[in-house]
Amino acid sequence: MEERFLKAHGLTVSEYKRIVELIGREPNEVELGVFGALWSEHCSYKSSKPFLKVFPTKAPWVIQGPGENAGVIEIDDKYAVAFKIESHNHPSYIEPFHGAATGVGGIIRDILSMGARPIALMDSLRFGDVRKDGTRKGIKDTKPIVKRVVEGIGFYGNCIGVPTVGGEAVFDEVYAGNPLVNAFCLGILEKDKMFRARATKLGQKLVMVGSSTGRDGIHGATMASAEFSEETESKRPNVQIGDPFFGKRLIECTLEVMDKGLIEGCQDFGAAGLAGSTSEFGSKSKMGVRVYLENVPLREEGMTPYEILLSESQERMLYAVNEENVEEVLKIAKKHGLEAAVIGETTDTGRMEVFYKGEKVADLPISAIVDDAPVYDRPRKEPSYLKEVKSFNQDTLPEKNLLESLEKVLSSPTVAKKSWIYSQYDHEVGTNTVFKPGHDAAVLRLKWAVRPEVKTEKGIAISSDGNGKYVYLDPYEGGKRVVVESVRNVYITGAKPLAITDCLNWGNPENPEIMWQFEQATKGMAEACQKLNTPVISGNVSLYNETVLSDKRINIYPTPIVVAVGVLENVEEAIPSFYQKSGDLVAIVGQVDEKPNVAGSQYLQEVFGIVAGDIGKVDLDTELKLMEFIQKAKKVIKSAHDVSDGGLITALLEPAFKGEGYLGLDLSIETPYRPDFELFDELRSIVVISFEEKDLETIKTIAENLKLGFKVLGKTKEEDNFTLKVNGKEVLNTKISLLKQIYEESLEGLLK
Amino acid sequence: MKFGVAVYPGSNCDYDTYYVIRDILNKDVSFVDYRESNIEKYDCIIVPGGFSFGDYLRPGAIASHTPLTNALKEFTEKGKFVIGICNGFQILTEAHLLPGALLPNNHGRFVCKHQYLKVENNNTPFTKKLKKGEVIKLPIAHHDGNYFVDQDTLKKMEENGQIILRYCDKDGNVTPDSNPNGSVSNIAGVSNDRFNVFGLMPHPERACESLLGLTDGLKLFLSIIEN
Repeated sequence: MEERFLKAHGLTVSEYKRIVELIGREPNEVELGVFGALWSEHCSYKSSKPFLKVFPTKAPWVIQGPGENAGVIEIDDKYAVAFKIESHNHPSYIEPFHGAATGVGGIIRDILSMGARPIALMDSLRFGDVRKDGTRKGIKDTKPIVKRVVEGIGFYGNCIGVPTVGGEAVFDEVYAGNPLVNAFCLGILEKDKMFRARATKLGQKLVMVGSSTGRDGIHGATMASAEFSEETESKRPNVQIGDPFFGKRLIECTLEVMDKGLIEGCQDFGAAGLAGSTSEFGSKSKMGVRVYLENVPLREEGMTPYEILLSESQERMLYAVNEENVEEVLKIAKKHGLEAAVIGETTDTGRMEVFYKGEKVADLPISAIVDDAPVYDRPRKEPSYLKEVKSFNQDTLPEKNLLESLEKVLSSPTVAKKSWIYSQYDHEVGTNTVFKPGHDAAVLRLKWAVRPEVKTEKGIAISSDGNGKYVYLDPYEGGKRVVVESVRNVYITGAKPLAITDCLNWGNPENPEIMWQFEQATKGMAEACQKLNTPVISGNVSLYNETVLSDKRINIYPTPIVVAVGVLENVEEAIPSFYQKSGDLVAIVGQVDEKPNVAGSQYLQEVFGIVAGDIGKVDLDTELKLMEFIQKAKKVIKSAHDVSDGGLITALLEPAFKGEGYLGLDLSIETPYRPDFELFDELRSIVVISFEEKDLETIKTIAENLKLGFKVLGKTKEEDNFTLKVNGKEVLNTKISLLKQIYEESLEGLLK
Repeated sequence: MKFGVAVYPGSNCDYDTYYVIRDILNKDVSFVDYRESNIEKYDCIIVPGGFSFGDYLRPGAIASHTPLTNALKEFTEKGKFVIGICNGFQILTEAHLLPGALLPNNHGRFVCKHQYLKVENNNTPFTKKLKKGEVIKLPIAHHDGNYFVDQDTLKKMEENGQIILRYCDKDGNVTPDSNPNGSVSNIAGVSNDRFNVFGLMPHPERACESLLGLTDGLKLFLSIIEN
């Protein structure tokens, strides 16, 4: 077999040899296509698998951990939520609109296949710095990508009727040639009605429902498993096209057949299409599958068996159905205006046998395709850049004008308000969204989120986070921080964090330094998950986020995105991120007396153009104490917001920028350290809270008993004014409305 | 009063509307399938928001040619009530149950936010619990909410009091800056000349509980159930 031919299937010579050994003969072209797709990095996790084992995956509330289409946790004795995050990075650079849209569609179907009604979406986005457009060589401008990605996400989510309740966006030049689009979805289900991707007995019929199959997306999985080069444009036909109208009907049809007890198992068609979903089904059921390709409803003439088997056409689902229910399932699908056909059945052979018009076109042991995929122990080496970036000494920085620095940080696209993005997403459909985008975490009630209606006062809090810069500067501690950040955003609403899902976006795993980052970061994440008791219940890995230019290779920052989910006993008691009224006290709690460190901060990047520093250790014990503090004080805390991007001063200001109004602030801080470091440090575990003056003693006592640092900094007020004193000296006195305007209008100005 | 909530393939605010009528207003309500044409038993049909038939061709265009929409014509001739919210408004204009048309937003983007609205006519079955000139706040979420009607028809509608809601700022000023989509004369909601068909782009069903932030939508529903 020629190497060139193998490369087209994303396979290496040694992988080919392994295939021949496993099946005892040379594979035909269709079979080679199946191996190429299923053994791709995207489907097989061949580089990442060994490292994912470090994640804790169990807790008493975990019903389903990793390995299914989504993880599931219980929220009370009757209901559970299913959730997962997944990447759609490569397609979103090539064709931003449909790349992003199908990312949303795919994750919705993952949730649906667990038997859950999807009720919330989030998106974590990483783009190049829009301010650098027009200056790059060999890499597209960022602005059109941002616009089309946002439009694509909105197009799909808005139409399908699942609200986009939050998310985040970071703009950094390392993502210019390789933007990240990670889509998260959460659904609700009755605990004892969960579905899995498997058949339950031999001879069960495999029914394919949804859209018809076309040539779109063939080799999508192999494309997502290779780096980008300047020829990437030619891969546009590999991107799938999404149709949310089909997606919406697929939701209603699937939930109906599940509700009526007509199907036994469910799997969506994702990467590797029909080959992927039928072999997964066989593997998980420990059965064989027989597939009849001529039964697959097609939308194009003259498709070959190879194309039918590997097409990644969207909006398709596979059901395992007992023979006696087939007719009813087909009828219900037809009622919803969907294509449906029996395309195969389960067998006792353990093989995937594929027929086309009577001829056997593929015959492979399922274990060889799924379980015997290669696993690589890739070489790892500590990156050489680490020593240099860690040796950075912040004391060498000159002191700058504070107001100018503040304006630079507040207006930087990463810190600035993201309403230009989220106003294009319907975030309220379903009428469950209690805390809308702009809060640290989205809060949803669960009442009437599904039919039949849920009767519960409980709510859930969801937050996504992922600071790749920290992971670049210190993979282990950075990995820990990413988990801590998203979990903290959940617990400061008063929710109890229960579990996380992650999407690990990395560069080229064949580069030992990148693989080292991967190993370290996953270990760091695992430590944080263990300590915070938030197991990883689902996730996804996206490697080869690398841009190959004629003169260099650019790898993204190692970027794990973590979405944490927690439960609120009473959703009406959720703590908002914004100050509530004038006259309330503003205080900071946590590591407020620690020495500030501006390593990896927005301040360092925006004001000095430096990405460096030693980010130090994140103290997980402090996090646990802060969590306890919020729980104990939640009845009297009026608002809570954590210190992150933009530092303490940003965290003090953001809660004042509520809705269309604002609250003024008079603040004063005592510190033995340089004021700019004190104000722009992002690394200490600190939560900004507000409360009524009468509750000061109560709150102070709770903080002191937990041995948490606590400082009252001042008060909110009606007037349009912000004053800040450091060690008794006024360092800022400005209109709060002006700062708000800078914060709110910056991103729109850049993207217009 | 018996309510029906229309369900077309792609409707996605059907449950939200149903929930408000049944669980908040405690009124009798059923879903009505788009293939249904026997709607005698209802007093008011609400055509909810969403993307009926995927918004293919034009928003509301395909839904306007279904048995249910056809039946709405006779239904309204009998003086019964029909309310179209967002996509429902688009369907009603496509079906010529309301004047005008809804074009893509002038900025070309979907817009989801809370919007101030001025009550222009409270002497209607849909707004009787509101004051004339009152400023209310409702969510909007649409890509095609840019209301268009020719100048002659607009003049007639204004004379008749068919303009029910206009986009405005928080003080009730109807200004270009407070127009979220380019609608002619900032129009957000209109009625037919018989005042039994009402279409509006904002979503009152999303503004009926303080937990979710806004409650002004309830005033519209409370007006309707009084009829």
